[in-house]
Amino acid sequence: MPTRRQFIKVGLAGAALFAAARYLDQPSAARTGDYRVLDEDAAKIMRALIPVVLAGSLSADETERARTVVDVLAAFDRAVSGLAPAVQEELGQLFSFLHFAPSRLAFAGLWAPVDETPREELKAFLTRWRHSRFDLQRQSYEALTQLVQASWYDNPASWKAIGYPGPPAVTEKP
Amino acid sequence: MTSMIKDPIREGLAAGWKVVDAAALDRDLDIEADVAIVGSGAGGGVTAEILAQAGLKVAIIEEGPLASSTDFRMREREAYPQLYQESAGQQTLDKSVTILQGRCVGGGTTVNWTSSFRTPGRTLAHWRDSHGLESMDEAELAPWFRRMEERLAIAPWPVAPNANNDLLRRGCEKLGIATGAIQRNVKGCWNLGYCGMGCPTNAKQSMLVTTIPAALERGATLVHRARVRRLVISRDRVIGCEANGIVGNGAAPSVHRVRVRARHFVLAAGAIGSPGVLLRSAAPDPAATLGKRTFLHPTLVSAGVMPQRVDGFFGAPQSIYSDHFLDAQPLDGPAGYKLESAPTHPILVGITLPGFGEEHARWMAKFPNIQVAIALLRDGFHPESGGGRVVLRSDGSAVLDYAMSPYLWEGARRAFLTMAEIQFAAGAQTVMPMHENARGANSWRAARTEIEGLPMRALATRVVSAHVMGGCAMGREAGSSVVDESGRHHQLANLSVHDASIFPTSVAANPQLSIYAVSARLATGLARSLRPA
Repeated sequence: MPTRRQFIKVGLAGAALFAAARYLDQPSAARTGDYRVLDEDAAKIMRALIPVVLAGSLSADETERARTVVDVLAAFDRAVSGLAPAVQEELGQLFSFLHFAPSRLAFAGLWAPVDETPREELKAFLTRWRHSRFDLQRQSYEALTQLVQASWYDNPASWKAIGYPGPPAVTEKP
Repeated sequence: MTSMIKDPIREGLAAGWKVVDAAALDRDLDIEADVAIVGSGAGGGVTAEILAQAGLKVAIIEEGPLASSTDFRMREREAYPQLYQESAGQQTLDKSVTILQGRCVGGGTTVNWTSSFRTPGRTLAHWRDSHGLESMDEAELAPWFRRMEERLAIAPWPVAPNANNDLLRRGCEKLGIATGAIQRNVKGCWNLGYCGMGCPTNAKQSMLVTTIPAALERGATLVHRARVRRLVISRDRVIGCEANGIVGNGAAPSVHRVRVRARHFVLAAGAIGSPGVLLRSAAPDPAATLGKRTFLHPTLVSAGVMPQRVDGFFGAPQSIYSDHFLDAQPLDGPAGYKLESAPTHPILVGITLPGFGEEHARWMAKFPNIQVAIALLRDGFHPESGGGRVVLRSDGSAVLDYAMSPYLWEGARRAFLTMAEIQFAAGAQTVMPMHENARGANSWRAARTEIEGLPMRALATRVVSAHVMGGCAMGREAGSSVVDESGRHHQLANLSVHDASIFPTSVAANPQLSIYAVSARLATGLARSLRPA
């Protein structure tokens, strides 16, 4: 077991690398007009992660599933845009970190770009972060999964499978 | 669809209320008033009505938008970005506690679940004995509670609890744990269950439909979508207040500025906002108490899967409570907790259930059958529960740094055990404590083993809060508090604080009625001292 001092040191190093990835990462794509706050690199990562986070919830039909991923990504972008600017910046750092090969390998354990990684490996990566000893990795896991889950369950298309009838009609005093 | 319901806000606007949307300004705006109030929630709303009734010229500055029943369509995707801080995604500095806090005209009262409790007598006694607050006496406050209960129609609710609440009652009853019925601030409630998304029928007697309209009727000015950047301080006085319009969902400021000059200023921006404004304003803080001792009622959540549908999204969200585990503990003993239920809505449940992928989908498939119990920990009473601290980020925004102490984690584990036992007693087939390491258990015995083995730590145990309190503590001594017993800042003569930030500990009950009553008393005293000549 690492001592508390080692633990803090690794945590700080992680945070420093996090910020460095943001600085060193060469964005391969500029922000497109499609999103409020995401750039194309972040969108690519999320297009790969959304089907993993929502496995078991998405339609088996390939066309419908693709459409849902587009909708969830748009909702994810809206959700991020509502967070405090400082928190949005931290998420930007997380995406740079997952895009920049050295940091992706060192802290996410992913050799290939996220969008070229098989789903089973992405599932294993999220599971590692879920149970990580490091706050930074558990924070990142929670941010990614919870924002995707919020973006899916705000979509009426998700309601049937969970038996939620939707809000009642308010038409007249009962 | 909702056109048959009267919208008192739209009617008031049409009748010519003085309301300014700061995000829509095309130039800077200057306002003069007798009293400027920052925030329109429980503290600001009550204060605005009382000062306006006393004949004072009042200006209310609110960070969130003016939304009303016509806008309240009971959809999480619309309500959270519109009505909550950070689209309901506000968190503590280390992201380990999610904080639900209103950000709209009416503040938390527009989106709360209507639970109304007087400040517990034990809490008031502790404030007197350990914090020297003589004026926060039960007998002294009783007329103020009565006054606000009458004003906001706070009364026993005659309708049967929904299944979600009734299961809490039945589980407790089986185990011999006393429960009570929650009083609510509603008039002609339709029992829809969407209080958290803004009341679509105006049954909830929030500030939005009571005190704020009353103040506007008396000529008050309301500036909404305006975030106060700072108070302008000159020696021992506040001479002005500067705000920026905020656009869209509220994340970014607009270019135009609002300046308010007034004889007196009241901060009522909540227990993150009020310390935040004072910190940004470099207000005097000789004892370094500002923003410290901020409390959350850290809340643990347990899902009980019932054999039958519970439909926890339907009906009044909170109608049953138990104080058994507060009353059973001495204040200097192990952490006590209040038990309540929480409503189920798809996003709320989706982000609270642990895990992802197939595992998460399997839990979500049980959505209609889930009974949700919550335990609110009483923080701030024990030396090992000193609360958190409001700090400023480099961009000036305020954030709460709050760490759960081992003392509170011990309470969290007991709370999980209690909730599981109650849920099994109520007939649950499975109980799932909201924790990333939990797998759920099919018997009380198995649940006890699981919960005893769970690591209680940040970012694994789900902790949420809907009650932020403290940070501008009231006290007699300038050396250990921020405001005096009249709510006035110890160093700034014409500044008061009227919100949950003045409480020296958590309330140990849902705080809205405590804020109403204390604010009514403070505002009445303030009106007397400021009465127009």
